[in-house]
Amino acid sequence: MSTTPLDMTARATLQDTVQMPQRLSHLKQLEAESIFIFREVAAEFERPVLLYSIGKDSSVLVRLAQKAFYPGPIPFPLLHVDTSYKFDEMIAFRDQFARENDLNLIVSRNQNALETGANPFALGTAACCGALKTRALLDGLGDGRFDAAFGGARRDEEKSRAKERIFSFRDHLGQWDPKNQRPELWQLYNARLKPSETIRVFPLSNWTEMDIWHYIYLEQIPLVSLYFAKERTVIDRGGTLFPIENFPFPERLRGERKTLSCRFRSLGCSPCSGVVPSSAANVAEIIAEMTQVRTSERANRVIDHEQEGAMELKKREGYF
Amino acid sequence: MSISEKLAGFLAGEEKKELVRISTAGSVDDGKSTLIGRLLHDSKSLYEDHLQAVRTGTGSDDFDWAGLVDGLKAEREQGITIDVAYRYFSTPKRKFILADTPGHEQYTRNMVTGASTADLAVILIDARLGIRPQSKRHAFITSLLRIPHVLVAVNKMDLVDYSETVFDDIVATFSAFCNKLDIGDLRFIPISALKGDNVVTKSDKMPWFTGRALLDDLDSIYIGGDNYVDLRFPVQYVSRPNATFRGYAGNLSSGILRKGGEVMVLPSGKSTRIKSIETYDGALEQATPNMAVTITLHDELDISRGDMIVAPHNRTKISRDIEAMMVWMGESALDPQRRYLLKHTAQTTNVQVSDLLYKVNINNLRRMSADTLQLNEIGRVALTCYQPIKFDTYRKNRTTGSFILIDAESNHTVAAGMIIDREPAASRSTKTTALGASASPAAWLGLTDREPFSFWICAPRLAPEAEQMVVRLREALAAADRPLFLLDETALRTGLCAELGTGALAQAELLRRAAETVKLFQNTGVTVLCHVDCPLPALIDFVVPVLGADHIAAVSLHEEPQPAGDFFIWPQGDDTAQGVVSAAIIDRILQRTQPAKNP
Repeated sequence: MSTTPLDMTARATLQDTVQMPQRLSHLKQLEAESIFIFREVAAEFERPVLLYSIGKDSSVLVRLAQKAFYPGPIPFPLLHVDTSYKFDEMIAFRDQFARENDLNLIVSRNQNALETGANPFALGTAACCGALKTRALLDGLGDGRFDAAFGGARRDEEKSRAKERIFSFRDHLGQWDPKNQRPELWQLYNARLKPSETIRVFPLSNWTEMDIWHYIYLEQIPLVSLYFAKERTVIDRGGTLFPIENFPFPERLRGERKTLSCRFRSLGCSPCSGVVPSSAANVAEIIAEMTQVRTSERANRVIDHEQEGAMELKKREGYF
Repeated sequence: MSISEKLAGFLAGEEKKELVRISTAGSVDDGKSTLIGRLLHDSKSLYEDHLQAVRTGTGSDDFDWAGLVDGLKAEREQGITIDVAYRYFSTPKRKFILADTPGHEQYTRNMVTGASTADLAVILIDARLGIRPQSKRHAFITSLLRIPHVLVAVNKMDLVDYSETVFDDIVATFSAFCNKLDIGDLRFIPISALKGDNVVTKSDKMPWFTGRALLDDLDSIYIGGDNYVDLRFPVQYVSRPNATFRGYAGNLSSGILRKGGEVMVLPSGKSTRIKSIETYDGALEQATPNMAVTITLHDELDISRGDMIVAPHNRTKISRDIEAMMVWMGESALDPQRRYLLKHTAQTTNVQVSDLLYKVNINNLRRMSADTLQLNEIGRVALTCYQPIKFDTYRKNRTTGSFILIDAESNHTVAAGMIIDREPAASRSTKTTALGASASPAAWLGLTDREPFSFWICAPRLAPEAEQMVVRLREALAAADRPLFLLDETALRTGLCAELGTGALAQAELLRRAAETVKLFQNTGVTVLCHVDCPLPALIDFVVPVLGADHIAAVSLHEEPQPAGDFFIWPQGDDTAQGVVSAAIIDRILQRTQPAKNP
């Protein structure tokens, strides 16, 4: 069939009439692969949901989902796990973003833990994340009976993530078993689940931090203002700089105050997110700055550093 | 330079970057982690804080590279890499995704996973130890998964005094081995990952080596262009956001989709034209390989996920029967009796392994007969899918030529397959085993004078003429002292074919199984009378290839066009008039066995 005379004619005609196209640029290729993942999940699962964290990776994730289903709307809701310690700017941005893009946004909170005053200082960051993030996430997934949850994690972020699959399976307790992952070959994703099992899907697995910024720049994706540099008064706590403005536990921030131009490289909860000195006030300047930066973006996240294998442990238990 | 100038320069370079996927395999002792650590470090893809965490001293090279790349706690405890890890680094020209896998035999499945998408493989050889089984294994997998470029890095040259002879010996031996494989582009580079020789910059310790440093090669090897000829657009997702829009979304695997272009939808075979190519960033005139698009068509056809859009003059093969090289990845061995799920492009179907032709010893490339495939074993198999799939060979198209098998009970991915051209059908059917040194089953039963033969009656199941014909033939054969076995469709459908439905595919499968069953009997010298309800062309397609035209006679009581073939006996005149079968046609059927009897 492949080498019939007709076929040969077709080859000749093609080469005569079509100018040979260029291979896709790496960013277009990453985009196409992510779109493929979105569609595959929408086709194979009953109730997908997109875990929306308000951060830059989430914003890219939403744009890719819009592209995947255009001209239709995103055929699944967004779920935000609200620990109550998110910055005010983040919540305001979230609500406006959902409104403007006509997104179906669900917010999940661990209300019981919040009522008993859960916070990282009282519980330690591990237990605090466990209650306010992991528990609230698992509850949110359970309440919606979601079988597939998209997340914005990338493999270049942290060592234990380098080995995570794009389709990452969780048992009925939401736990990850790194030794029992399904092989992923070509673009053939095994989407079979048993009842009560769920899956986390990471369409940005192969993107690097630079790819994300480059894409945000090209696509003009809106971001929370916290990513951009401005003068903030900060206190150094354990090597991490915390802005004192709106810090929920001011009594915990002691030491010398200094005021400097700085920004957040990644956004989490205010008690655990530090800033880096920077003068980059827009996406273009951030990219320019990044061509020199040699510190990983999670370096200012307190939760990764507490113990050897901290992130892997959290993930095993169901943390994103 | 101002920030905007810097950025303009940076983005201009970034825009042109190609994405290149590398796979590598090796154990800790090969210095693989050291090599990767150095590539990442020297291409400035490592972050300072990640680096500080693995610093072991104050020197510029005092790092525990393995600690940097061995991500999981279990691995650090055991000191081995147990899975596929993905690393990212870039040069001003290219972005690299490196799939880093362990090299031991028990991790063959991980190597295969890493190799499945790679454009280029890096094989590490320890200069002191020379070629080891795992080097050959990696080369074999590279060839099996059709990675077009292979870079052999002969490492630890510093420990053999940068000896040219040592390097040349390895090149000669390994080239000889690789000649038996199918590797397009094979290159060798002497390096020391630890000292940095020929990794990122050319070393002055080996002036005899005229090639480039490893990173230079990674950066400049031409990665083959995409296939722009064979249009293959697997329909991944049907988009129907409202009553007026009906689009088919997917990533184009190869070829070019053009607005207005004529296309054919498989398996239906219906043709239409492309009305539009939609994307979020605007409608396109044409789409090229790997692009994610949504197309609309001029005609409303019934198209669903798993269908394949092709050019009318250049289609995929469509079949339920495929042959493939398959890598077993499941903890429990292949069970040929068991039903698995096969996922191929966007289609999932039930499948059974109908034949295991051989397995390959990946250390010496020898073929061995086998009853099963264990974890990490590789073999050539024939598979029968319950629904036909639309495929090319893996050699022609990595997307439409690959599949995975899923265990329907555990849901685990248990195998990866690469489709290859089939052997002719006749040689694939049931093989009967001789019971003596040279004796056929027929000889063993004392039926040597019986030529294998079967009679096929194609007629509705309860047609009285067919019943009569069965009775008359049975009597005639009994009189001739020929042992006879009767097989009819009703019997088949209550047992052997109980799960089959009534569609055209089910009928084809029923005929195939009937033919294979008949063959087993025939080979013992027993003559078989088989009554099935099917049109004659189906018999030609599914029965004759198994039994051979010389060994059957067929009669059809359906009114249908008469296809060519010596083995058909056509009812004539009053042969079956008024529901009565004449003696004349029975004679003609029996005569049919004569010429073939004594060759």
